[in-house]
Amino acid sequence: MNYNWHWKVLLETEPGGTGTYLNYLIVGLGWTLATALAAWVIALSIGALVGTLRTTPMKWVVRLGNLYVEIFRNVPLIVQMFLWFFVVPELLPKALGDWIKQMPPPWGSYVPAVLCLGIFTSVRVAEQVRAGINSLPRGQHMAGTSMGLTETQAYRYVILPQSFRIILPPLTSEFMNVIKNSSVALTIGLLELTGRARAMQEFSFRVFEAFTAATVIYLLTNLVVVLLMRALEKKAHVPGLIAAAGTPQAGH
Amino acid sequence: MDSGFDFDVIQRSWVYLFREGMTFTLTLTALAMTGGIIFGTLLAMMRLSSLPPVSMLAGGYVNLMRSIPLVLVIFWFFFLVPYIGAWILREPNPIKVGAFWSALITFTMFEAAYYCEIMRAGIQSIPRGQVWSGYALGLNYWQTMAQIVLPQAFRNMLPVLLTQTIILFQDTSLVYVISATDFLGAAAKVANRDYRLVEMYTFVAVVYFVVSYGLSVLVRQLQERIAIIK
Repeated sequence: MNYNWHWKVLLETEPGGTGTYLNYLIVGLGWTLATALAAWVIALSIGALVGTLRTTPMKWVVRLGNLYVEIFRNVPLIVQMFLWFFVVPELLPKALGDWIKQMPPPWGSYVPAVLCLGIFTSVRVAEQVRAGINSLPRGQHMAGTSMGLTETQAYRYVILPQSFRIILPPLTSEFMNVIKNSSVALTIGLLELTGRARAMQEFSFRVFEAFTAATVIYLLTNLVVVLLMRALEKKAHVPGLIAAAGTPQAGH
Repeated sequence: MDSGFDFDVIQRSWVYLFREGMTFTLTLTALAMTGGIIFGTLLAMMRLSSLPPVSMLAGGYVNLMRSIPLVLVIFWFFFLVPYIGAWILREPNPIKVGAFWSALITFTMFEAAYYCEIMRAGIQSIPRGQVWSGYALGLNYWQTMAQIVLPQAFRNMLPVLLTQTIILFQDTSLVYVISATDFLGAAAKVANRDYRLVEMYTFVAVVYFVVSYGLSVLVRQLQERIAIIK
């Protein structure tokens, strides 16, 4: 293929004047991680809560939890992004909506992106948490309550500590999904890594250098996450409990 | 923006949205699913190959695709396909490729990595004895695969394959980043033309929800039926 590579472009100054293109992309990685981490905090908190509630015998709570999961699972991420960015500010009281719309960049895109990704991912976390709790033998819960623990105590001291340690590997892949999915935020104007690679391609006309650089940065990030999580998984591994190698999950 | 939800804009544009947009989305989904499952199955067979270079090549491809964001993959192929086309057709300059073909190639290649992992688990779920009995009957590798292993693997994995297809259906909306007129793209055009973003994006969300939820209910029913027969 006749494409003239020009790798030195990475060391040229980007038009915004903030430094080299390489630096421009690295800052993009910073925004990717900042978005992913903030969204992950939301996803873990809501996901753990909703997932746990869906295993309780309270019928109406379970139904509400199911509704929440179905709504956010069956609408594409980019459409959810648009809802948070374009639609939600219009539905809020006018003063609040205007305040959100006038947030200076990049916060005007960052805040909706984090909320959107956080809630989108919380549904997937909730599914994992529920699966983890359901994978425990029923005897664990019975043993807890028969020892005089209340329902809450049984969850707090017996069920949840075990299930969270079991679902650590699938949670790792969910975390990597958040990092990848944060690229969808470029559609609402957040200049994260993919958005910056795209911008670099437009400024410099160096298509494949820009995308190769972004790809390598994503691969390195993945590698670091995998290594860190593997260390954590080793620490959190429950001796004698082998996580069931269930059917593979569909994903994106 | 004016107060009140304007249903009129939906009534004005729904024929366009479905005829142009939804047709694009559904065609893309169906073709990418077909191509993705075929290519993904081949990849799965390669990954399970006893020849290290073959399995490493397939494994590397699958892991690469699964480690980078779909949006980046869409950009990659959008710019790469014209060059590959020129290379195949021996043209001196990059050829012109429309958004649809670019998207179709992207999603086939990308989803193949995910279908591959599903099919790999499906193939591995078939007891080894099935393969051996195939060989014992004098069938070769391809015959054993095509007539014994793959039909069972497909059947076991059907619910997961279909769930992945629902995700594919949702993910095709990302062709928005290369300005293709899929269902979301068509709605975005109307939304920006008439300045009716709230109405159009809400409508899009509702339609995607109804289709995806409907399909997922069907998949769940199918799963139960298959489980009983087993």
